Amino acid sequence: MKLYNGGKIITGLVIFLCVFLAPFAYNAGKAAYSQPKVQLPKDEKECIESKEYMRTNHMKLLNQWRDWALRDGKRVYVNSKGKSFEISLQNTCMKCHPNKAEFCDKCHNDAAVSPYCWDCHYQPDGGLKK
Amino acid sequence: MKAIFSLLMVLALVVIATVGAGAAQMHTIFAYCIPRTAFIIFMVGFVCKIISWAKRPVPFRIPTTGGQQQSLPWIKQNKWDNPSTGPQTFIRMALEVLTFRSLFRNTKTVMRHDDGQNPVVGYVSAKWLWLFAIMFHYGFLTVVVRHMRLFLQPVPAPIEFLDWADGILQILAPTIYISDMLLIGGATLLLLRRLCAPKIRYISLVNDYFPLFLILGVACSGAYMRYVAKVDIMGIKEVVMGLITLHYAVPAGIDTSFYVHVFLVSCLLVYIPFSKLMHMGGVFLSPTRNMPNDTRINHYVNPWNNPAIKPHSYAAYEDEFREHMLEAGLPLEKTPEQKA
Repeated sequence: MKLYNGGKIITGLVIFLCVFLAPFAYNAGKAAYSQPKVQLPKDEKECIESKEYMRTNHMKLLNQWRDWALRDGKRVYVNSKGKSFEISLQNTCMKCHPNKAEFCDKCHNDAAVSPYCWDCHYQPDGGLKK
Repeated sequence: MKAIFSLLMVLALVVIATVGAGAAQMHTIFAYCIPRTAFIIFMVGFVCKIISWAKRPVPFRIPTTGGQQQSLPWIKQNKWDNPSTGPQTFIRMALEVLTFRSLFRNTKTVMRHDDGQNPVVGYVSAKWLWLFAIMFHYGFLTVVVRHMRLFLQPVPAPIEFLDWADGILQILAPTIYISDMLLIGGATLLLLRRLCAPKIRYISLVNDYFPLFLILGVACSGAYMRYVAKVDIMGIKEVVMGLITLHYAVPAGIDTSFYVHVFLVSCLLVYIPFSKLMHMGGVFLSPTRNMPNDTRINHYVNPWNNPAIKPHSYAAYEDEFREHMLEAGLPLEKTPEQKA
């Protein structure tokens, strides 16, 4: 039953346990996590596509919009229901979602995502602040 | 054949998760029960394995390591390759763990011909294994650390920074992670090395191919979730945080690829303590890395020596058998007359 170099090996195992159990300790005692509540527009019920599509694919869509508008000069987006929208982050998206902190950042902070939209764009409500 | 068998086993795991979580809708089992059990098996199995190794004695120091050992003061010692003290050994171990020095020293044997066309055996540096290994391991480490964004709330700044730095190429949306490319590229190259180099293929077993395919499966399912299926990341964070805070909320509307990914990760966790992947802990117990070469300074006693067997010097031996040795005509250090 003797452990050889037991002191060093136990120290190593304690470090191993600390590293792998750290996430449990970090969140210990906190209430159950629930997804952030984003500020939704009052006068508009539907986004340009379905809620499910926007939740998972908005980044792809925004990327396409950028390419269409800035590289191809195409400024009209026709959605899956045949409705047309102007391709513009500032004038279309942020007309309904003017506050980045209350909308975009809510989920992006929790998911630690740092999109580079704001390298070029300004937010209507937040002024010149990035 | 062994490679195909390993691939089929991993595919079978994928099918189990697809059918179980996708078709049969066993979401709670695949999101909570299996990962939780796998994590417990991983932790307990890992500790037990290390303890079982710690119980085994090392019979002697292993001083035959590369580099000049500590010698006369005017001979320069290679302190990192052939350390003689604790701190030097720590540096050797740290360099081994962090930079894989023993892989960097890898050589291959080649047959060349000299000017007179006589065959000459040569040993040349072969760095490919080191390169693939370091790509793969650091890619994997970054991926694991980056995943902490789903396990911690609020997300600590270093994790946020890592996520940003990893996606700094800003290719596509969501951005491609450098670590994903290193991990998948490194694992693929390590696999190709086993498949393409005849000598390596000859010695490769199922337990060499299986972990590679399993890790590739984990990495590819993860990449698929991010770049192709575009899963609902906030829903996934809710599931993962439920695992960590022990609040089991039944997840809804999450793509099946998530359950496949989690199932493969669970299999990997369970597999680690029983396989060669234990080198994660075992590297610290490598005798040729963790023992200082101080055999000429300290007397090392073999732990399994029988304490009842006392040291028996040659002088004492000759005292015991002098008469018989003389009779047999064997040379003696002391004749019976000298002794008397």
